[in-house]
Amino acid sequence: MEKIKLYSRFERFWHWTQMALVILLTITGFEIHGNYTIFGFEAAVRLHNASAITFILLGIMTIFWLIVTGQYKNFVPTREKFNEQLKYYTSGIFRGEPHPTKKSFGNKLNPIQRITYLGLLIMIFPVQTLTGVLYMFYHYPQNPIDASGLWIAAVLHTFGAFIMVAFVIVHTYMITTGHRINTNLKAMITGYEEEPAEEHKTENQTA
Amino acid sequence: MNTILQKLTSFLVVLALPALVVFATVHFGNRRGTPDEISYQNRADLDKKVDHSEFEILKQNYERPQDLTAACLSCHNKRDDELMSSAHWKWERESNLPNDRGTVSIGKKNLINNYCASAQGNNGSCMRCHIGYGWNDDTFDFNDPTNLDCLVCHDNTDTYKKRKGGAGMPSTAENATAEFPVPDYNFIAANVGKPLKENCGFCHFHGGGGNNVKHGDLEEAMLNCDRYVDVHMAKAGQDMSCNDCHLTERHNITGRAYSVSSENTNRAYCETCHTNTPHNDKVIDMHNHKVACQTCHIPIYAKVNPTVMYWDWSAAGRRDENGNPITEYDVDHKYSYLSIKGRFVWDKDVKPEYFWFNGTADHYLYGDTISEIPVQINTLMGEYRDPDSKIWPVKVHRGKQAYDTETREIANVKVFAEKKGEGAFWEDLRWDTAIQLGMESAGRYYSGNFDFVSTEMYWPLNHQVSPKEHTLKCTDCHTRSNEGRLANLAGFYLPGRDYAKGVDYTGFAIIILSLIGVITHALMRIFARKH
Repeated sequence: MEKIKLYSRFERFWHWTQMALVILLTITGFEIHGNYTIFGFEAAVRLHNASAITFILLGIMTIFWLIVTGQYKNFVPTREKFNEQLKYYTSGIFRGEPHPTKKSFGNKLNPIQRITYLGLLIMIFPVQTLTGVLYMFYHYPQNPIDASGLWIAAVLHTFGAFIMVAFVIVHTYMITTGHRINTNLKAMITGYEEEPAEEHKTENQTA
Repeated sequence: MNTILQKLTSFLVVLALPALVVFATVHFGNRRGTPDEISYQNRADLDKKVDHSEFEILKQNYERPQDLTAACLSCHNKRDDELMSSAHWKWERESNLPNDRGTVSIGKKNLINNYCASAQGNNGSCMRCHIGYGWNDDTFDFNDPTNLDCLVCHDNTDTYKKRKGGAGMPSTAENATAEFPVPDYNFIAANVGKPLKENCGFCHFHGGGGNNVKHGDLEEAMLNCDRYVDVHMAKAGQDMSCNDCHLTERHNITGRAYSVSSENTNRAYCETCHTNTPHNDKVIDMHNHKVACQTCHIPIYAKVNPTVMYWDWSAAGRRDENGNPITEYDVDHKYSYLSIKGRFVWDKDVKPEYFWFNGTADHYLYGDTISEIPVQINTLMGEYRDPDSKIWPVKVHRGKQAYDTETREIANVKVFAEKKGEGAFWEDLRWDTAIQLGMESAGRYYSGNFDFVSTEMYWPLNHQVSPKEHTLKCTDCHTRSNEGRLANLAGFYLPGRDYAKGVDYTGFAIIILSLIGVITHALMRIFARKH
């Protein structure tokens, strides 16, 4: 067994705070959307607006952190081992084969994770933020930006929310695909991942 | 030691700090601002009244009310100029109509409505509410200042009641009754002052032939009501009078009734006292860009006495087996059928209908041919994209009234006369002569053929403002329910009401597919491990 440091304190704080905010945003968002009643419409709106603002502040902090630490490199997509990773998830995992990608502090995401999270960071989050800000401040046609009666912003925002929910479902499941069922969860809590030595050996041999 | 420190750090960054952030977000985010309080001193309490009982000129014996007006004007000179240019006197004003229909001089004098069709031709009855003495016909002198009735607005004794059918003349010794005696001019003149609710209400509560028939939000009960009925006028509250909101300078009274008005000028606004951020709460205050204060704060109208919602003239004229007119009542003891007027539907605690409204209105004018049914007697202008438009609560009065089937024009009808045999509908119950005479009095052509057509009239609501506990709630509008207040108001995206079906269906499909995907994957893993 080997202990590898994967997630810094800020990363873990970022992750779990963001998780809580996304859950709050989702529950209140779909209430505003008219799907159910939990908090009551007014409270849902206030909570949604407040958590959106916190989410944006957290986002600004995170962008700053990603840039100054160089950790943004974790999200740069790569083709290397992409097919192997895909093969692992579609067949290797059922045969107990080892993970094709070795994790480290500077390379904590496999190629599929890289492209997925990059999509989240540069597509879903910005679209949600932008349409959300339009929703909050520019929902009337006489504003300098004509958001076209909110239709486009609202529909995009809704679609983004559905994608986000789908992401959360798959992401939550993927937690269990570590070496052990709780390896990934533990790593996001403690910052360290325990990887079996033999896996490294396999890794080294194939490389 | 090291692991304890590590665990503590983990606890901090993974649980404590995120929890703190979320707690702060919820705590500060879920606050509603405290509404601003307005302190207001009623205008009636502002200055000491002049004691008119000390003026010798007002102690004379007045045979004619016109002589009293002359006495008023002998001190209050030039006020006649102000009044004689007002719509209360002229019953018309130059109005620029929307839809490029140009500038016309319109008002109660020459507009059609869907109550008794028009004041024109029914002077004796309708002109009782003119601020003059005896506008019986075209011979009335609009340039004679002594024809002005100062008392109808300035009597503070609540004893000055003009008789019915007198075209604005009070009772004289010849025609006085117990209900409408000769006014005690000296007593009234000694007690004049700023208009009270009773003064305005004498006409504005009773339009259409009875209490609350027309407006729905203006009626006698508001003379002595509680805060639930009207927060401003409540006796046990601020007890404001009409002019506290309808601010008046030099007899120019602010406020518009869009049954006769067309332009977005000289209006009375809630914002004058309350500002446009009265809630002190961003989310709620922002609504004011597109939602009139009235929309949330007048959730129902006709809170005490019913108002007429539907008036069908085509049913009028029936007689019983003895040839006498018929009267029928509804469960609330309001007349539901009158031979002289037709069929009525009254309603109480009415939910308004909602329209985009920018403060301008079009009107049905003489000569307009019917193009759409129901005919819009007055059309409230506005749409979502118009920066001046707001959602406004409206009383819609629907009815059926006479029109000329050849010219396709709405008809004037002579309904009122002092006695039978003059061709008035209320006396003789004959449509042909009543329409003939009505059209003649308006100087209009009539082919002789008539029928009845559905019409609608729109009354934006402004009165009977409810206390804050009774305002509309978010989900009265932000709901998918067909019962939502704004269920039928189109042209914009309303959160909570609107959604794109395709996007929602696709979204839920994606979620379901994701679930199926991860469950299948998990089952395959479990299955594979067992082998």
